Amino acid sequence: MATIKVNRPKLSAGEKIYFGSIFKGMAITLRHAFKTLFGKSVGADELASSGMGITMQYPEQKWDEHLPEYYRGVPALVTDEQQRERCVSCQLCEFICPPKAIKIIPSEIPSDDEWAKVEKRPKKFEIDMIRCIYCGMCEEVCPEQAIYLRPDYIVTGTKRSDMVHDKERLYEIGGTRVGLVNKWNDLK
Amino acid sequence: MSEDATATAELKLPKDLAAEKGLVNVQIDGHWIQVPRGTRMIEAAKIAEKEIPHYCYHPKLSSPGNCRMCLVQMGMPPRPVPGEAPTFGDDGYQQIGWMPRPVIACANTVAENMGIRTTGELVESCREGVMEFLLINHPLDCPICDQAGECKLQEFSVQHGRGQSRFQETKIKKPKNVDIGKNIRLDDERCIMCSRCIRFMEEVAEEPVLGFSQRGTHTSVTVHPGRRLDNNYALNTADICPVGALTSNDFRFQMRVWFLKETKSIDLNCGTGCNTTIWTRANEVFRVTPRQNNDVNSDWMPDSHRLAFHHLESDARLTAPLIQKDGAHSSSTWTEAISKAAEGLNMRQPKEVAIIASARMSNEELYLAKKLADALGTDLISTVARKGDSDSKLISADRNPNSTGAALIFGNEDPSEKLDAIREGVSSGRIKALIVLQEDLLEEAGFDQSNLLGLEHLVSSHILANPTAAASKVVLPGAGFAEKRATYVNVTGRLQRAFQATLAPGDAREDWETLASLLSAVEKTFETPASVDGVIKALASEIPAFEGQSFGSIGDLGVQITETGVTIPLLEQEKARVESGLING
Ligand code: SF4
Ligand code: SF4
Ligand code: SF4
Ligand code: SF4
Ligand code: FES
Repeated sequence: MATIKVNRPKLSAGEKIYFGSIFKGMAITLRHAFKTLFGKSVGADELASSGMGITMQYPEQKWDEHLPEYYRGVPALVTDEQQRERCVSCQLCEFICPPKAIKIIPSEIPSDDEWAKVEKRPKKFEIDMIRCIYCGMCEEVCPEQAIYLRPDYIVTGTKRSDMVHDKERLYEIGGTRVGLVNKWNDLK
Repeated sequence: MSEDATATAELKLPKDLAAEKGLVNVQIDGHWIQVPRGTRMIEAAKIAEKEIPHYCYHPKLSSPGNCRMCLVQMGMPPRPVPGEAPTFGDDGYQQIGWMPRPVIACANTVAENMGIRTTGELVESCREGVMEFLLINHPLDCPICDQAGECKLQEFSVQHGRGQSRFQETKIKKPKNVDIGKNIRLDDERCIMCSRCIRFMEEVAEEPVLGFSQRGTHTSVTVHPGRRLDNNYALNTADICPVGALTSNDFRFQMRVWFLKETKSIDLNCGTGCNTTIWTRANEVFRVTPRQNNDVNSDWMPDSHRLAFHHLESDARLTAPLIQKDGAHSSSTWTEAISKAAEGLNMRQPKEVAIIASARMSNEELYLAKKLADALGTDLISTVARKGDSDSKLISADRNPNSTGAALIFGNEDPSEKLDAIREGVSSGRIKALIVLQEDLLEEAGFDQSNLLGLEHLVSSHILANPTAAASKVVLPGAGFAEKRATYVNVTGRLQRAFQATLAPGDAREDWETLASLLSAVEKTFETPASVDGVIKALASEIPAFEGQSFGSIGDLGVQITETGVTIPLLEQEKARVESGLING
């Protein structure tokens, strides 16, 4: 293996006595401290901070307007324009989910149902939000575009069971998505 | 060896050396191997550990060669012109002249000096073409399809397909979700017309109700008008269907196969002891499928037996030991239940005690039951015979899975011989205490309610609540077939093993533990083994037929430990088909 020789950077005399850098740092801190006495810090307006500093007063104030479009909040199920369940309980998201937060019990759509052609939908669909790490794998793997990470990020509860989102809750968060889903078509 | 003999050995060509052993030399992907004469090319490749993708070929069925997935390139030495002697190279083989056209590997047999190429441009482009045609009208709704995860079409499409469809036209519509039998659902759009199901019903189940109708791209599998696929072997078609066209009504949409754990086990619904795989997730059994064993069940299994696992999740499961006080049962601890049971036994004379065991119990359990009888000083121990009609295929007339084991362990040709004596003793009041293991006496044993109520002490062990348990002073909950590691001997005298797939619910215990605790409560010198292996060890050292056997020595396919002379009809039929050259076997 070739040996690469790395030379130490040459330090000037001022740099060699390291007090210089310490004072530089202190000066920056002090500058911000004084600035807050006379007005808000840089960026504080943008984040709608309440006090003089940059600190946001959560939960009175929220990030919401500042969330980027790609923000990954809670995963939720979506229906199509006609309120049909997009999920076919293929269980791929359950398989891919790294912390095993998703639990699905599939079921067959009865043959007298209007959408019997699709054959399958979830009987139970639960996401344990204590486990979820908001990785977005479920959204990526879903072959039916049925699960999305929504911008919602507030998940609270007083019991463990409050933190488990069931199918109903997931559809409530998820809402409706527009777009063609092939499985309803008679001809492919 | 004389000089002469060495010289001739050197002169012998590979073809002569192979011919002496009834073999032929085949070159597979550049390597020469020897395989038996008459082997199919696809099987020869399997010996060389080369996979040839295929759909319609199944070693236990005839080979119509209709899917064309198994195309390979074949070569033979050029035919010499009359009078010309064949020339052999330095390695002793003739040069192979490769054919420009592919051949199917499933229906052609090997020949001396044949060459097979399972890879290469020609073969790969053939596979790609076949895959493209198979997928033209395929719905490709794998997210919904129940076969996803174990679908050969999915697998080969990834391995050999194009990845993109060039088909622009509208796909053909075919019947979907067709109810063709009580256990099977048909989806014609997913069918790839391999005809395995049709051949199975005709050749193995011998009830040819399936067939193709229409022609060309409209070809679809149908059940004969007015008939249904209600054969007791119908679910095997779902196993061999390479795609999701035939699915089991019981299993479909219950769980994805990639979540399921496979445990090797055996079927305990009759004396044949079909080899099975139990598919579980967490502590729940989802399905049972046959596992290949050419000495027991070939590749098949009757539907009635594979669906019988549902009793494990029954509401009637016993989950805690029960003690009867003033006519009502209440749950108790194991220690209390065992001491209560032993107390009632210890106070009787040996003549007043009897044991009714079951030939559904494993060898280990039967051995401990026998030990318990010895400890109590009684020779009244019997199983309950359970006879039915053989279906001339796999279901044996003996509906007990371990009659042979019981006979060996009890040292009695007919282990159920003493049942009449026990029944008579109970009704005359001579027998005052009875231990009943895994049998409901009101069924095959022929007892009636008054017999049971007349007993002073009745201890029974069951999986499900039943009238015998209701009449018992002490009820000990047991473990079902999937919930214990155990060995059994089938009707032909084959020792087989079953692994534990799930845990027994609640406080229920494996029966060998229950029996061992009872035994140590009755006989203070008895040393409880640490695990069931200890019981097998004791059994192997005591009963000659089991000598030297352990859980490990049995292997996945079992070992023959005794000859009973019983044969399995389906295997005989299969042997005849192999001999007539109809199937490969
Ligand atoms: S991957 Fe999509 S379609 Fe499949 S179960 Fe999850 S949400 Fe449903
Ligand atoms: S976002 Fe990640 S952790 Fe959360 S449910 Fe989806 S796959 Fe699981
Ligand atoms: S049969 Fe196979 S390829 Fe076809 S939809 Fe089912 S899983 Fe997919
Ligand atoms: S239903 Fe299955 S086994 Fe029968 S022909 Fe079609 S693909 Fe083959
Ligand atoms: S497997 Fe050879 S043609 Fe189908």
